[in-house]
Amino acid sequence: MALTFNDAIAKYEPTLGLEVHVELNTLSKMFCGCATEFGAEPNTQTCPVCLGLPGSLPAVNGKAIESSILIGLALNCSIAPFSRFARKNYFYPDMPKNFQTSQFDEPICVNGYLDVEIETDEGMKVFRVEIERVHMEEDTGKSLHVGGATGRIHGAEYSLLDYNRAGIPLVEIVTKIIPGTGKYAPQVARAYVTELRDILRSLGVSDVKMEQGSLRCDANVSLAAIGSGKLGTRSETKNVNSLRSVERAVSGEMVRQANRLEKGERIVQETRHFLEESGETRPGRSKEQAEDYRYFPEPDLVPVTPDADWIETLRATLPEKPSLRRKRLKTEWNVPDKEMTSMVNAELLDTVEETVLLGADPTKARSWWLGEISRLANEKEVAPTSLITPAQVAEVIALIASGDLTDKLARQVVEGVISGEGTPAEVIEKRGLKVVSDDSALMVAIEAAIAAQPDTAERIRGGNIPAAGALIGAVMKATGGQADAAKVRELLLKHLGQS
Amino acid sequence: MTAISRDEVAHLAMLARIEMTDSELDHLASEMDVILGAVARVQEVAGQDVPPTSHPLALSNVFRDDVVIPSLTPEEALSGAPAKADQRFKVPQILGDAE
Amino acid sequence: MIRNSASVMAEALAKKEITSVELTQLHLDRIDAVDSHVHAFLHVDREGALSQAAAVDAKRAAGEKLSPLAGVPLALKDVMTQKGIPTTAGSKILEGWRPPYDSTVVSRLKANGIVILGKTNMDEFAMGSSTENSAYGTTHNPWDLDRIPGGSGGGSAASLAAFEAPLAIGTDTGGSIRQPAAVTGTVGVKPTYGGVSRYGLIAFSSSLDQAGPCARTVLDAALLHEAIAGYDKKDSTSINAPVPAVVAAAKKLDVKGLKIGVVKELSGDGYQAGVRSRFDEALQELVAAGAEIVEVSCPNFEYALAAYYLIAPSEASSNLARFDSMRYGIRVGDDGNAGAEEVMKMTREVGFGKEVKRRIILGTYALSSGYYDAYYGSAQKVRTLIVQDFAKAFAQADVLVSPTCPTTAFKIGEKSDDPLAMYLNDIATIPVNMAGVGGMSLPAGLSPDDGLPVGFQIMSAAMKDDLMYQVGGTLEAALLSKWGAPILSQAPALATK
Repeated sequence: MALTFNDAIAKYEPTLGLEVHVELNTLSKMFCGCATEFGAEPNTQTCPVCLGLPGSLPAVNGKAIESSILIGLALNCSIAPFSRFARKNYFYPDMPKNFQTSQFDEPICVNGYLDVEIETDEGMKVFRVEIERVHMEEDTGKSLHVGGATGRIHGAEYSLLDYNRAGIPLVEIVTKIIPGTGKYAPQVARAYVTELRDILRSLGVSDVKMEQGSLRCDANVSLAAIGSGKLGTRSETKNVNSLRSVERAVSGEMVRQANRLEKGERIVQETRHFLEESGETRPGRSKEQAEDYRYFPEPDLVPVTPDADWIETLRATLPEKPSLRRKRLKTEWNVPDKEMTSMVNAELLDTVEETVLLGADPTKARSWWLGEISRLANEKEVAPTSLITPAQVAEVIALIASGDLTDKLARQVVEGVISGEGTPAEVIEKRGLKVVSDDSALMVAIEAAIAAQPDTAERIRGGNIPAAGALIGAVMKATGGQADAAKVRELLLKHLGQS
Repeated sequence: MTAISRDEVAHLAMLARIEMTDSELDHLASEMDVILGAVARVQEVAGQDVPPTSHPLALSNVFRDDVVIPSLTPEEALSGAPAKADQRFKVPQILGDAE
Repeated sequence: MIRNSASVMAEALAKKEITSVELTQLHLDRIDAVDSHVHAFLHVDREGALSQAAAVDAKRAAGEKLSPLAGVPLALKDVMTQKGIPTTAGSKILEGWRPPYDSTVVSRLKANGIVILGKTNMDEFAMGSSTENSAYGTTHNPWDLDRIPGGSGGGSAASLAAFEAPLAIGTDTGGSIRQPAAVTGTVGVKPTYGGVSRYGLIAFSSSLDQAGPCARTVLDAALLHEAIAGYDKKDSTSINAPVPAVVAAAKKLDVKGLKIGVVKELSGDGYQAGVRSRFDEALQELVAAGAEIVEVSCPNFEYALAAYYLIAPSEASSNLARFDSMRYGIRVGDDGNAGAEEVMKMTREVGFGKEVKRRIILGTYALSSGYYDAYYGSAQKVRTLIVQDFAKAFAQADVLVSPTCPTTAFKIGEKSDDPLAMYLNDIATIPVNMAGVGGMSLPAGLSPDDGLPVGFQIMSAAMKDDLMYQVGGTLEAALLSKWGAPILSQAPALATK
């Protein structure tokens, strides 16, 4: 009988370690001036340096250094007064020089931490994830495997290489081992990557798009019998490319390892790949013999020695921490945790805040962005923010507040803006969507409705107020929905002597 | 210095991705022995108190501005390729995973 | 005309006594006549050279201001990339490769209107002291065709001595400019590390490699030095400071009051008697010119050779990893079944020569886990000691001097089976690279033992390159007046084909 997750955590204590690779969003590559656009035609963003042509030399992108220091500061790290690039030597066709210019024993940032909050059985609880190091390196090219059944490496006849991605700046953020998470290990892993992503986004140093690979997570997991005080052998799961996958990969690996241990089998220290479909991991193809990276200081580059002034100047530009900002906004807007979470997950917190800062009511702003606009965006498979601006949404909300638009009309205005008919004012003008507030025009419609339904009018006169609904509906229909229903009700009841 | 074995040389050749015949490995193992014997002299003066020098210059913080400069054309980039297809470098099948 | 110095040629060009096209053609003719014996060139770019020359002539005719060496031809060591021109670094693995870009040195040569005749032979990836390690055949010393022209830049030095070019570019990792200069009776300068951009120089050992000028006179070397030197943002290890005024220094012809330090450890056993006697005589010329001689001791120089043969192979093992047949160069064994890794291994087996493989394996060993501290790490410490020795020595003397090499040119094949004996050639030149200081070799005369040229080495502190040019220029003038004619006038005439 295979162990379930609950069985696994009843017997074993997990230890986590997370390595996150972030592609920085610099305009040019780490060591050359080639552009870093995602999705460009193959080999159009390459030069002698990033192709590793004989004779070429690297030159460090200063912005990448600044971004790395900012990341370190945001993660409460010490910034090394002396750090260096090193060569990590191994052969692989997607790596043009057959060494990766990376950092080894002298990384730019060390010893930080990140607090993450997750919901536990005892309510919200903070876990401190300690950061071992933040270091800089370069990305590799991309290979396309041709001839295999699935485009995978296995069974391919040959491979095609595109070096556009080679040399894009990468920052690797490595945690110390994270003990004591117990059954919450999968959630802690997810919360850490989520919080890290939010921090990186707030710093503006990366696109942090897991689906495009600009943020990638490797999860190290090991198990040991509870109370043994030992550390088990770990596996490293790669290819985890969504927040949900982080959680699934950790729990999947915990279950797999528990089942092996239960059968008395050994855990192999190896690289595994996460399979999105099943939530399981499979072993990587191991090399014939262990590699020996033969690190040594990169002789083509000089050390990075940031002085205190530079570091403090950068520190002064750090934005508010995302977790603190969420707390502040939650209080200011008076929203429940759940709503806050859905805004964050939908990546709409910034947008809602901007809308609120333009005068909109927080609740209304939130419901427009998460409701109608997100629904339309989903239909079109685009980001909500690509459809309409916070200013336009704020304008619509203001028009509702002033009584110029009803909710129903407002939806039509938003739809018009999204279909490219212009600003909210232009849509209202073109479609003639103003609320009918002229009493005499409304009275004509009311009298017509009474004439059409004399029995109903009689019942209202007799004090059956709820019967008014039918007549109000008829008036609304007659005015094409452009009347304010409350106003109609008021005029109708007055006309029938009931107010 | 102890002798360097043929197996050790074979391992080094694997790391360096150079195919070698058994006789080449034997020959190189004996040469390496002689050379290593000579260069091991560095250990005579490399005391704990001596800091390492990896570079003759004492420069630091040499950075480039984050500015895009024109790349090679794909034709130039691929001009030396032993094989190419679909504007990409065509290489034999890759076995084993990336890092 | 081709026996003149580059500065004399430049003067004739400036006075319009000759055009650059004519001058270039004279050199191309000379190459056609003698290079089948010397084999200095791997590739001669006739059309390119003549069109560059014509462009300079047109500018001169239009009255444009030209740089001092505009229109003078030059031979380029095949380790420097030149756009569209075959560049092999003497290796089979790069056979047929035409770089899509110019090295910074080539860009500067072109900007100065210096005409590039072609690419010169060298030991594969600059690993060697004899040019015997070239995949494309050995270069022969014009003084005696059975002898080596030095290495790795034997092609560049031989082209000067054979009057195939008045100027050449070399690169020096452990003596590859200076030792060939010494054994061919020419002048070669390794500038301060970082003085000349390495961008486009196919790396052997990045922390030691330095490009520099090769010429037949000190002044010519200085003119070429100023043309190619200076800060380059593409090379993060290039020095962002003004280039020392080496041309003015070469013209000073005065060493009064300068202290010349004779390095005690770079003499004695292992140095041929003829080498020592010519060195001592040259020293006396400097004394006569008013210099003060002091003896300095650099006790750690004796470990330099060992440290060099760990550091250079270590860096090389990494620098040469990129030659894997995936993106450029030859590919071997791609039969549709072999995997990428197998093809890499087969290509590297066939594409690299013996010495290169030997050094890659040695470097891989020195960097591998478990041996790093004992080998690479210890070598780096020796480097510190050598830097300290130089610092102490330069506190006592303005320049340091020694013979450039322990011997004159040896016979082709004499040492090719004994790597250690071959490595000993560089014993006096290597310390300079380890510390990144400047070094020059100029002719000190012919050895009374065998009638072959002896080199005199002058070393100057980092960014004080002008001092070695000042001393070199003065010594050259003194020796010239003693000999009555340049040393190369005594070289045997080469048969023309």
